[in-house]
Amino acid sequence: MLIFQHSSKGRQNKAQIAITAPSNNLVPEHLRRKTPAFLPEVSELQAVRHYTRLSQKNFSIDSHFYPLGSCTMKYNPRACNILASLPGFTQLHPQAPLIMQQGFMACMFELQEILAEITGMPAISLAPMAGAQGEFAGIAMIKAYHDARNDTARCEILVPDAAHGTNPATAVMCGYKVREIPTNLEGDVDISALKAAISEKTAGIMLTNPSTLGVFERQIKDISDIIHKAGGLLYYDGANLNAILGKVRPGDMGFDVIHMNLHKTFSTPHGGGGPGAGPVGVSHRLRPYLPVPIVVKNKHSDNTFTYQWEDEQQHPQSIGQLSAYNGNAGILLRAYIYARMLGKEGMIRVAEYATLNANYMMQRLKNSGFEVTFPRRATHEFIISLRYLAKHYNVNAMDFAKRLLDKGFHAPTTYFPLLVPECFLIEPTETESKEAIDAFVEAMQEIAEEAKNDPNLVKNAPYTLPVQRLDDVKAARELNLIYTTTNID
Amino acid sequence: MNAIPEELKYTQTHEWVRVEGNEVIIGITHHAQELLGDMVYVELPETGSCFSIEEDCAVVESVKAASDIYAPLDGEIIAVNDNLADSPELINQSPYEEGWLIRMKITATEQLDNLLDANTYQDVIASEDSK
Repeated sequence: MLIFQHSSKGRQNKAQIAITAPSNNLVPEHLRRKTPAFLPEVSELQAVRHYTRLSQKNFSIDSHFYPLGSCTMKYNPRACNILASLPGFTQLHPQAPLIMQQGFMACMFELQEILAEITGMPAISLAPMAGAQGEFAGIAMIKAYHDARNDTARCEILVPDAAHGTNPATAVMCGYKVREIPTNLEGDVDISALKAAISEKTAGIMLTNPSTLGVFERQIKDISDIIHKAGGLLYYDGANLNAILGKVRPGDMGFDVIHMNLHKTFSTPHGGGGPGAGPVGVSHRLRPYLPVPIVVKNKHSDNTFTYQWEDEQQHPQSIGQLSAYNGNAGILLRAYIYARMLGKEGMIRVAEYATLNANYMMQRLKNSGFEVTFPRRATHEFIISLRYLAKHYNVNAMDFAKRLLDKGFHAPTTYFPLLVPECFLIEPTETESKEAIDAFVEAMQEIAEEAKNDPNLVKNAPYTLPVQRLDDVKAARELNLIYTTTNID
Repeated sequence: MNAIPEELKYTQTHEWVRVEGNEVIIGITHHAQELLGDMVYVELPETGSCFSIEEDCAVVESVKAASDIYAPLDGEIIAVNDNLADSPELINQSPYEEGWLIRMKITATEQLDNLLDANTYQDVIASEDSK
């Protein structure tokens, strides 16, 4: 039900009505609207109830296990949000005098240092406002690097088919042509196909490691050598760092640039479009092109120091500014607080439990008869294929996913990555208990039995939710999000 | 399993090719549309544009994914199926007839020899199934 459907024409709450109507004399006559705004006429209490009810219909990490692979729906400690919401932060205007910003800037400077240490990259910019902008900044820097060397024939970016789905779009946005590189049956990049695709046109490669197949790319050093020898650069999609925190660093693998989705790994809830933060880290050769502003710490002769913003004046080769100020301050603060609360030891435990939980669940599902696509050790996530059930019982991955909702679990990622048929990409994350993981495995076993004994039960799921199957084809073909008065009458 | 038309030629990437002299009509196979699911959008090339073999020349988008279509041969686009703009579902309903994508004038007829016949394409699908 929409809030407009609660509306009743001319509704007033006499108990709450303002004593004097606000004057609109401050707005010049010609700027005032001629027709009343189309707003729902509801009381404050009705509005509160309406949106509270809607929120209760959500599947969310606060209410349900949410093993959505590639998305890292983990618990974000409330403390990070509380500390990032201290008035000293929230009431700080970005144009306040520098002397009033020193505390915030100290946090940002230290966050740059922490991310440099985690990624093994010598320099960081916190400027990108989200993952997509971080990816864009990364490839824009690769382009700026080649352009600065007059190496302009490089027009292709290689993207393995196990890379994140957004990578080809980023390369195209930056004016490159995409060449897809296949993956072998073990889940590693097909090296002979990579060698065949390399040429004087190669600007670089975009890799996700661990890949979206939930396995670690074991030949990364070879790939790095091959690309660098050909004059290209390596881009690391660090959308999710859960599996590698404190364990292995993209800089040490030979990558030249990485973006990080702080809103996945570093304590900001996400999904639904943001806000996010997508800082970038670079090797020495890309350092001059980092987006600005960047925080620096200046030491003075009396041993005190102050923090300063550096912009295009100090970084003339920078790809530029990506937003009005310095990225998404609130998200960056949460990430800083999360990192400081965990410390290095805690980071390592995040990676260890993220991979332990994934491997435990993978092994239990395998023992229950599910087909694990890449049976070698998983990283923070893994893939199962339900093609056996699809073929023999006509119950596909989507049906299975919908039935999981009835059992009280958010479905894993379905039909991604594209190269595995009828797949689930499952990521339990480090914040789930063994009990939660076991309960999910049991639900999976139950549904597999249902699919064999009573396929229609699964094919018609869900039964317990406010909406059943949505018409996603109609939504894609005839998307209409506008509610008009004619809908009311 | 839906029949694979004998008279057409095929690619490893699930395009079909109908040869008419030095022109070809190109679409995606029944198997491909089944894998992709319901089509919601099709992006076709400009008439007059030229493509080399294996270059991506069109995009089909389903509820599951957006997929590139690769030119099976070198050639110039001489017509595209305009009906798909309003009715992308034709690809699902009639992949080999009304759901055709593009018509090309081909420049290297010897490339036709490298395309697959119906039997070989059947084997490609079978081997994918057993992987």
